[in-house]
Amino acid sequence: MNCQEIETLKHAYADGELDLVRATEIEHHLSDCRACSQAYENIRALSTALKSADLYFKAPAQLKRSIRASLPNKARSSPTMSFGWWQWLKWGIPAAGTALIAVLLATASFGPSPEARLAQEVTASHLRSLLADHLTDVASSDQHTVKPWFAGKVDFAPPVKDLAAQGFPLVGGRLDYLQDRPVAALVYLRNQHHKINLFIWPATRSANTAKKSTVSRGHNLIHWNESGMTFWAVSDLNPTELREFADLLK
Amino acid sequence: MEELDEQARFEETIMPHLDAAYNLARWLTRNEHDAQDVVQDAFLRAFKYFSGFHGGNSRSWLLSIVRNTTYTWLQKNRKQDLATVFDEKIHDIEDTAANPEALLLKNADHQEVMRAVEQLPVEFREVMVLRELEGMSYKEIAEMAEVPIGTVMSRLARARKQLQQALGQRLQPGVSQ
Repeated sequence: MNCQEIETLKHAYADGELDLVRATEIEHHLSDCRACSQAYENIRALSTALKSADLYFKAPAQLKRSIRASLPNKARSSPTMSFGWWQWLKWGIPAAGTALIAVLLATASFGPSPEARLAQEVTASHLRSLLADHLTDVASSDQHTVKPWFAGKVDFAPPVKDLAAQGFPLVGGRLDYLQDRPVAALVYLRNQHHKINLFIWPATRSANTAKKSTVSRGHNLIHWNESGMTFWAVSDLNPTELREFADLLK
Repeated sequence: MEELDEQARFEETIMPHLDAAYNLARWLTRNEHDAQDVVQDAFLRAFKYFSGFHGGNSRSWLLSIVRNTTYTWLQKNRKQDLATVFDEKIHDIEDTAANPEALLLKNADHQEVMRAVEQLPVEFREVMVLRELEGMSYKEIAEMAEVPIGTVMSRLARARKQLQQALGQRLQPGVSQ
């Protein structure tokens, strides 16, 4: 081996990344070549300098707290929370009465966010529809059958689109109940066994919103507002394909 | 019940790597507030995809999410940091091997070393941090950064040369910057 060949390899040697044969070759060269052995010493010295310079940044304590607080269903992980403000809130609320609760809920500074709660509700409906063998009230892959079926049952006309050509055949529709109101549920299938429930109801705000993905109970969800309607799709399908599905509805 | 298990599993396998996640993000963004934002975002993503993690190296798994999140963030907020595209031949750094600087390097102080590492291009800084501070193997780094092992090795070699040069210059009396 010559100096050129050893140029990069001596780093791997210093890092203990070489096999025995290569390592031995390098050792031979280093013992014969002063320039290379000096360069090797420099690598070691640099490594020591980096390690002793204390360059490792430890995460600030409040970052850990805010990460825990931002994870979905964080209330469930409360045993790991330290006894602090959280406990004070927990015990302080009953004493402070309902006014305080109202304020806290309005600011949504703790507990699952309204969105997380809705995600749980949507997932529960999805699971119920699978369990009770009550997936559809109207079983049809024809959008022209499913759409009129909702007329008279809900006070809005949900957009119904068959996506069989794109690999998401429509299976049917069903009436469901979310957010204290009847909603339309459309059922789609992916790869024959992944069922997707698409819940639709009139939005409280008319502005369109971007699609947002979440996870609840191991299910993937995606929701958005469009043309005055709120859409929530939920499935055990992977997030990428669910997203693809949601994008097709646009 | 399943959900609770999932949470407990996340807490147990992923949370212990928070320092590693923050350290990487801090070095890549070079700013503590940005690092916190990025890590927070990365943990949300990690939680989201956690059901797809079936054992293996949890630190590497988390760090590759942190890495991707950071690069997305840099792309959006600090594109100039990523603009150091390397033509490795043009930017070849002169070998300083002949300088007997081992002693000087050993005596470099915290601030000097910090600054020198921060000035490395992001791809070099990344391998330095993962190798020297996180103690990861070439193979782990290669998988994380999605580059061949040979690239990890050559980036490390170049990063070290740059550092040696920067620190060597600072430490040698009479050499102006």
